[in-house]
Amino acid sequence: MQISGAQMVIEAMIAEEVTVVFGYPGGAIMNVYDEIYKQDSFKHILTRHEQAAVHAAEGYAQRTGKVGVAMITSGPGFTNGVTGLADAYMDSIPIVVISGQVPMSLIGTDAFQEIDAVGISRSCTKHNYLVTDAADLPRVLKEAFHIARTGRPGPVHIDIPKDVTAQIAEYDYSAPVELETYKPTMKGNARQIKKAVDAIAASKRPLFYLGGGIISSEAAYDVREFAESCGIPAVETFRARGTMGADNPLLISMLGMHGSYAANMAMSETDLVIGLGARFDDRVTGKLSEFAKGADVIHVDIDPASISKLVNADYPIVGDIKTVLEVMMPLAKEKVDKEKYVPWLETIENFDRLHPLSYREDTDNIKPQWVIERVGQLLGDDANITTDVGQHQMWTAQFYPFSRPRQWNSSGGLGTMGYGFPAAMGVKSADPERVSINITGDGSILMNIQELMTAVEQKLPVINIILNNNYLGMVRQWQTLFYDKRHSETDLSVQPDFVMLSQSFGGVGYRVKTKEEFDAALKDAIEKNVVAIIDVAVERMENVMPMVPSGGSLFNMMLEYKEK
Amino acid sequence: MSDSVRRVVSVIVYNESSTLSRITDLFSARGYNIVSLTVAPIPESKYSRLTIVTSGSSRVIEQIIKQLHKLIPVLKVYEHEDLVEKEMTLIKFPITENISDIDTLCQAYNGKIVNAGPDMVIAMVADEPKRIDHFLEASKRFHPKEIVRSGAVALER
Repeated sequence: MQISGAQMVIEAMIAEEVTVVFGYPGGAIMNVYDEIYKQDSFKHILTRHEQAAVHAAEGYAQRTGKVGVAMITSGPGFTNGVTGLADAYMDSIPIVVISGQVPMSLIGTDAFQEIDAVGISRSCTKHNYLVTDAADLPRVLKEAFHIARTGRPGPVHIDIPKDVTAQIAEYDYSAPVELETYKPTMKGNARQIKKAVDAIAASKRPLFYLGGGIISSEAAYDVREFAESCGIPAVETFRARGTMGADNPLLISMLGMHGSYAANMAMSETDLVIGLGARFDDRVTGKLSEFAKGADVIHVDIDPASISKLVNADYPIVGDIKTVLEVMMPLAKEKVDKEKYVPWLETIENFDRLHPLSYREDTDNIKPQWVIERVGQLLGDDANITTDVGQHQMWTAQFYPFSRPRQWNSSGGLGTMGYGFPAAMGVKSADPERVSINITGDGSILMNIQELMTAVEQKLPVINIILNNNYLGMVRQWQTLFYDKRHSETDLSVQPDFVMLSQSFGGVGYRVKTKEEFDAALKDAIEKNVVAIIDVAVERMENVMPMVPSGGSLFNMMLEYKEK
Repeated sequence: MSDSVRRVVSVIVYNESSTLSRITDLFSARGYNIVSLTVAPIPESKYSRLTIVTSGSSRVIEQIIKQLHKLIPVLKVYEHEDLVEKEMTLIKFPITENISDIDTLCQAYNGKIVNAGPDMVIAMVADEPKRIDHFLEASKRFHPKEIVRSGAVALER
């Protein structure tokens, strides 16, 4: 059929079964918004900033595993969205971002709201397109969704000039995607898999190193079965939280810079790392030459470039984790003797007994870690959790009892302050039955605070819990430890009244100083079912521990640091 | 890096307007080195061939190849081991220099004088990049006014 470029965008959303689009209109994308006005196939959520639209799409994608969609205009609309693209790129989140562009005749003339969008997004997307002819749109849209969701997922950006959205051309979405140059490897090499299983069977102290790729591959329950059937312990990366489930005895904890003592010691003592969908990030490995020294490495990843990038893989397996495990698990069940690893499990238990992940209730003030544990006790599996970036984020990763994959959603790779609130709205729109909690800090929350308006208007009752220490806490912690306590520009004592702030948008707000007040506030916020801010005054000088100083060895952890 | 090696990599890419910048952006974003880069369409196909001369440790070279593969419009990446490699150079000399000596030198390096004007001659030489280096060194004594090198192209033997 002959339709306009703008109509093609709508038709493609319908064909891709998109149910919600996050966005913000503007001059160059008005033709598309005119078609959005006329349709009722999907819901459009108007955020109050383009960055939030992209983060909300990420939140939606993280919760559902489907492709999240955001639409923004040219120039500043697009540049505001770039942080979201970069965030999705680092954390391999499947989103499609459609931006308007000035008409073709004006490209290159420094026109109003013109920017070389594809030039900017090239280095922070999996792929991008500038569409110069509406006849290409059906193919480009279909490819974009395909590329975003397959292989190692990631963001795809489509830039469409205004005259192309007005142009009439033939629309046919039925043609299959034909990308001769893009064919992700799904099946692992059978011989390598067999060799890897032999290595597992021969090892004495094997350790699963679980990464975010497991979540993307929907393989968490397969991994649980694998670990349990072989009796092999596991550490999780930040992004893999929820893979094993908090009450699983084989789960040690998170590893890395703020990993638990037992997790980091297990990684230092293991003789075989079984890496699944993890990328040996510097926050995980610490000093590379000391990382898992003496261990062989099995590395399963869909992205060949992740394998042997930082740590040499003795058993490289390129493939989709779920697909690889279908072959690997039955072989391992046959060959691996569970009993053999019992002494190894005891060693790890001893590590954990020696220095468990804990905190001291040694002041009159609420400890931030308590708040997270308490939310876990009260809501547990019934909540989806997002965070912003900083100390609160690390405490959440350490102390929340994640029970399932996709319960947890936080900006890991890019570390984007301001991610949590809009992402929590995306999560809520995808999973309205569960409570959507954003655990945040007094620094981060102000980076997308305008979304209170979106949350009120769209009835997305996100509960923002501010662990308020009147500091840019994580930076302050580093200043204390590495800059001789020169707290340069990290004191956030001057603050808004968060209760009134939330109320002024039509939400609810609570200022909490005691544990009783916290319980009551959380209960009330859930009952009120509108967007909420619970501003919790926590111990100001608390630090995230244990800590491996940047570039240090995993086994050299700072276990406690008391700041006055 | 001490264990840095020179490598010639051929990349077959889908012909699109943005493909070249995707590749050069990748090199700059990841801190890889480009010694030379040539590109031209492959006859009767929708693909182009890039020949990139780069350098780095074997781990860096491995990453370069994998990262190039990851780009959507990239069809194939070859790292050449056993190859025929050629580069062309054009070089301009003043007419006042000894032209027959220049011609003799060029012939020793697979070249000749290809153009003569009222006050200059232009010579063309096509040979292995290392031999081009030698040629340019040897031609210094004829006071070259301008030199242009094409960058290497290569085929696996």
